[in-house]
Amino acid sequence: MEIIRAEKLSYDYVSVDDDGKEQGRYRAVDGVDLDIEKGDFIAILGHNGSGKSTLAKHINALLLPTEGSLFVDGMDTRSEDEVWKIRQSAGMVFQNPDNQIIGTIVDEDVAFGPENLGVEKEEIWRRVEKSLKSVNMWEYRSHSPNKLSGGQKQRVAIAGVVAMQPKCIVLDEPTAMLDPVGRREVIDTVLELNRTQKVTIILITHYMEEVIRADHVIVMDQGKVVMQGTPREIFSQVDMLRHYRLDVPQVTLLAEELRKAGLDLPKGILTEEELVMELRRIRKGNPGTQSREPRLKKR
Amino acid sequence: MAIRIEHLEYVYSAGTAFERKALKDINLTIGDGEFVALIGHTGSGKSTLIQHLNGLLRGTSGRIFYKDEDIYAEGYSMKALRTHVGLVFQYPEHQLFETDVLTDVCFGPKNQGLSPQEAQREALWALEQVKLEKSFYNQAPFDLSGGQKRRAAIAGILAMHPDVLILDEPTAGLDPQGRDEILGLVKSLHEEQGITVILVSHSMEDVANYASRIVVMDHGSILLDGTPKEVFAHRSELEAAGLAVPQVTRVMDDLAQEGWIVDRNVTTCQEAAAQILNALHKEKHVQA
Repeated sequence: MEIIRAEKLSYDYVSVDDDGKEQGRYRAVDGVDLDIEKGDFIAILGHNGSGKSTLAKHINALLLPTEGSLFVDGMDTRSEDEVWKIRQSAGMVFQNPDNQIIGTIVDEDVAFGPENLGVEKEEIWRRVEKSLKSVNMWEYRSHSPNKLSGGQKQRVAIAGVVAMQPKCIVLDEPTAMLDPVGRREVIDTVLELNRTQKVTIILITHYMEEVIRADHVIVMDQGKVVMQGTPREIFSQVDMLRHYRLDVPQVTLLAEELRKAGLDLPKGILTEEELVMELRRIRKGNPGTQSREPRLKKR
Repeated sequence: MAIRIEHLEYVYSAGTAFERKALKDINLTIGDGEFVALIGHTGSGKSTLIQHLNGLLRGTSGRIFYKDEDIYAEGYSMKALRTHVGLVFQYPEHQLFETDVLTDVCFGPKNQGLSPQEAQREALWALEQVKLEKSFYNQAPFDLSGGQKRRAAIAGILAMHPDVLILDEPTAGLDPQGRDEILGLVKSLHEEQGITVILVSHSMEDVANYASRIVVMDHGSILLDGTPKEVFAHRSELEAAGLAVPQVTRVMDDLAQEGWIVDRNVTTCQEAAAQILNALHKEKHVQA
């Protein structure tokens, strides 16, 4: 069953003058149809201004469609009575951790969400413990958030969302401000939540390496969904991605260069391990085995 | 020498329970016209260090020389230093505040004491350097895209004609093409204007493609200093410092360990492809 369903979803940003008269209109999302299955890990790619953040903000009813509709777990985001249930079902994590942490102590910050939902006090603390443990931040529960690293802060922000027990978490460029270690911490945390707790993940990112472990990739351009597929299918189309102002992981690019130079490599190589394995095969001179799908190594 | 740092130390919250040494005995010389990348994980001290270079922070001990003049000497003009050493902060577009782009870019040169006409001349020159289209000059900065805003913000610094341009994570939050555009712009400023560039970055791939020298910071100290090839040869030290070498460097390293005759310190895709093809070609020859 799908958790998110968009039907001909469009959204216009409207600029108005001081008297509230419409000055101009800009269509940021344009007729998007989308089904996201429960438990999936989806990555959304697209250049700045392609409409991916606007789409994401519809998923927890921060924005409402200008045309078409969006359903979260069967609920229409337009129905005002269900807006709190929708926000509880679909949590959001943003780019800048400093803008989302409000508590002065880590565990208080995580408790803020469930408290707002009217959860019983004992249950709140049970959830705080569980969510902080799920992002590996339990030992920092009594720390002040402003002394944490970017990756740690972002994991606290994720714990705050997890404590509301959402079915789906939307992360809008959660790693844009982090260093490589912080990025890995956040992505590993998100993957773990997806695998062990079956939380549906929608990850918006510009880092191509973060996409390779997703089940499904969606590419947006000018408000439309222009490509959809597995990471391997998407990253096989280097020129197409370039056309949409995107990139491929460096190792995919290297494989593509070698392929163009005549080496017998499969399309869409995603990891270093795969490329090294394929090159080993070519060096040994047995070109017959390339068609098998090399499995992605889990960290 | 553009900048010379001797035994620089900086302590945050000195004398309190939160006292922390952010910089430890930093010694660094940056020559005129160099393109240096400064890398390190969050909290390694790189942002603290660059804020010293134009006098925003004052070292707890140690000395900094700009063009062989001690910036901590009595009577040294910090205001003048700040126009020689331009600092572009992280997310500089958050600092655009005027009602239109051109006025915003005029702010720096006006502060330098230039007349409105002169300031505008410098601003127009700077906007041309960052290749922002003329149609944007009279628009509100908020109507620009992320990449355009960042160009406008960089123009605001360029309009003051700095000799040294420091950029703190200039590509954070930009899409791949926006990233290439900004880095390409910095590269052309370096090549055409001869500006000394210090680029603070997390991205090893970016750094490998643009900088001729990399300084790696870890826990407030300088861990490594050399060409990209030299620095990326220290894969395990970099990984221990919370950094990663570029993917292609890791592939080449793995291949070399399996006995391939390739240079393991390759840092760009083109070089790596050439090396791999060459190695395969040679082996075929030997077998034949």
